[in-house]
Amino acid sequence: MKEVSIFPVGEQALSICFGNKPDKEINDQVFSLYNHLRRQADPFWKDLIPAYCTLTVVYDLKLVRSHSACAFTYVKNSMEQALEKCIDDEGLTFRKLLIPVCYESAFGLDLPALAKSNRISVDEIIERHTAPTYRVYMLGFLPGFPYMGMVPDAIAAPRLATPRRTVSAGSVGIAGNQTGIYPMDSPGGWNIIGRTPVKLFDVHAKQPVLFQPGDEVTFYPITQEAFDAFDAFDARSFNPISA
Amino acid sequence: MSIEVIKAGIADSVQDGGRYGYQHLGINPTGAMDLLAMKMANALAGNALNEAVVEMSFPAASLYFHKAAFIALAGADFSPRLNGAHVPLYQPIGVAAGSELKFSKALQGAWCYLAVRGGVDVREWLGSTSTHVKAGAGGLGRFLKRGDILPIRYSPGLSDTIIYPWRTSPWLVSPQATKEPSSLHAALHIIPGNEFSWLNRKSQKDFLKQPFAIGAHSDRMGYRLTGPALKQQIKEELLSTAVSFGTIQLLPNGELIALMADHQTTGGYPRIAHVISADRSRLVQGRPGDKISFTLTDIQEAEDLAIDQERSLRQLQWACTFKLRETGL
Repeated sequence: MKEVSIFPVGEQALSICFGNKPDKEINDQVFSLYNHLRRQADPFWKDLIPAYCTLTVVYDLKLVRSHSACAFTYVKNSMEQALEKCIDDEGLTFRKLLIPVCYESAFGLDLPALAKSNRISVDEIIERHTAPTYRVYMLGFLPGFPYMGMVPDAIAAPRLATPRRTVSAGSVGIAGNQTGIYPMDSPGGWNIIGRTPVKLFDVHAKQPVLFQPGDEVTFYPITQEAFDAFDAFDARSFNPISA
Repeated sequence: MSIEVIKAGIADSVQDGGRYGYQHLGINPTGAMDLLAMKMANALAGNALNEAVVEMSFPAASLYFHKAAFIALAGADFSPRLNGAHVPLYQPIGVAAGSELKFSKALQGAWCYLAVRGGVDVREWLGSTSTHVKAGAGGLGRFLKRGDILPIRYSPGLSDTIIYPWRTSPWLVSPQATKEPSSLHAALHIIPGNEFSWLNRKSQKDFLKQPFAIGAHSDRMGYRLTGPALKQQIKEELLSTAVSFGTIQLLPNGELIALMADHQTTGGYPRIAHVISADRSRLVQGRPGDKISFTLTDIQEAEDLAIDQERSLRQLQWACTFKLRETGL
């Protein structure tokens, strides 16, 4: 815990920073504090935003100032106390999700280029991508876009030099050692290796976003036929949460 | 009871104080660009400060009132005309049924707010009417277009346009605004971002001494700022982390971007500074080509100024409520 720093992000938010590398242990500390704070119905917080190494607290300045002459100091102190308390919390448990991905060439637009640059076969890419259990380190960029890691070095690749104007919803991509899924059609620069028929964002749903920060995700390959059948069957009734 | 869009603007939408509580899901708050002007318009219209309003940039929409309405305009001066006659900003107006509101010329500022007494009755998404264009939800779920109908909740009984005699000005509410509303002449207060020290000495000085111009590629997501090219002495890879409205990030090409109301929840560029919220209104009302500069302040002053502004807004709201009662509205 010795490397924790707390700094302002404007005068209505602060970040608690645990390091600066994508690391499960660092991220565990983020989620330990995040879960601890979410369990309390504290009226001060407007938003709690976990990321790889930081937790950002957006607070109601007016409300905090009615308790203290300096909101930043007040929130910083209460974060330091929460950091001590959350050590006593039970171990972290995360939801487990199984996500089908079709890696056929119609969807895996960048598979050939990735295979070439990383000197690996397409089948091996699929094998490597579906092997690990990934953590959703954070959501960002678009509503419901999960940043997951870490993908093995063998299939890691930098973002495309020229981003695409449109990447289709459901596209599964790789950027560096991260893997992610586009919840909606959007411009984007990730290497696209497949597509899931699962709906990640549904504006009409009570919970519009499928993933939550901290989810554990495993991919499994499906055929084009299964992808089409899945679509017809109704992707919304699919429950990928296995535990 | 409704207002109809008879001509579309370029980026007009329904907004309120923003949507909070969902940023952990990547759902950004959106909300009005100039929250101060939005709240002043609402206070003048006798509304809750965060009631849904119509936000307009130039060229702005032309609006037709199917029923009489009690309105107030605030923020940018686009030379508003009601049935051809000039009408003021920051002053309540009784609009007769069948009236047309048009905006002919961008005289000053970038974002104008129309508040209607009782509010614009549009759909909420996750507790807010703010339009989230990417999600296609909140308000009308997109920018306004011709033929759109905006239902309103209140219509006064009047047959002619009335300009009520009480008015206010931005400088009465925001001590940072000078006599010229949304003036950019005075430097914007910033608190240093966590990566401010990543700039080399000269660039740190340049950032605080040199003027920057608001770039052409400026919209509800962010304003590009062009000025002296800034150089980093520390070039670490920064992992994506939360950012906020008013955060100034350093892009790889040495340019700056000030994040606006539609900013993404997280970003991976160095955070050089944060424009304090009490000064955000002045930044937001800047137009491409306008020059701005920055001056350093601390978190305590940033908080104090935000609280002062909030208090002045409350006082304005009470004063307006009193005037409305006195007038029997």
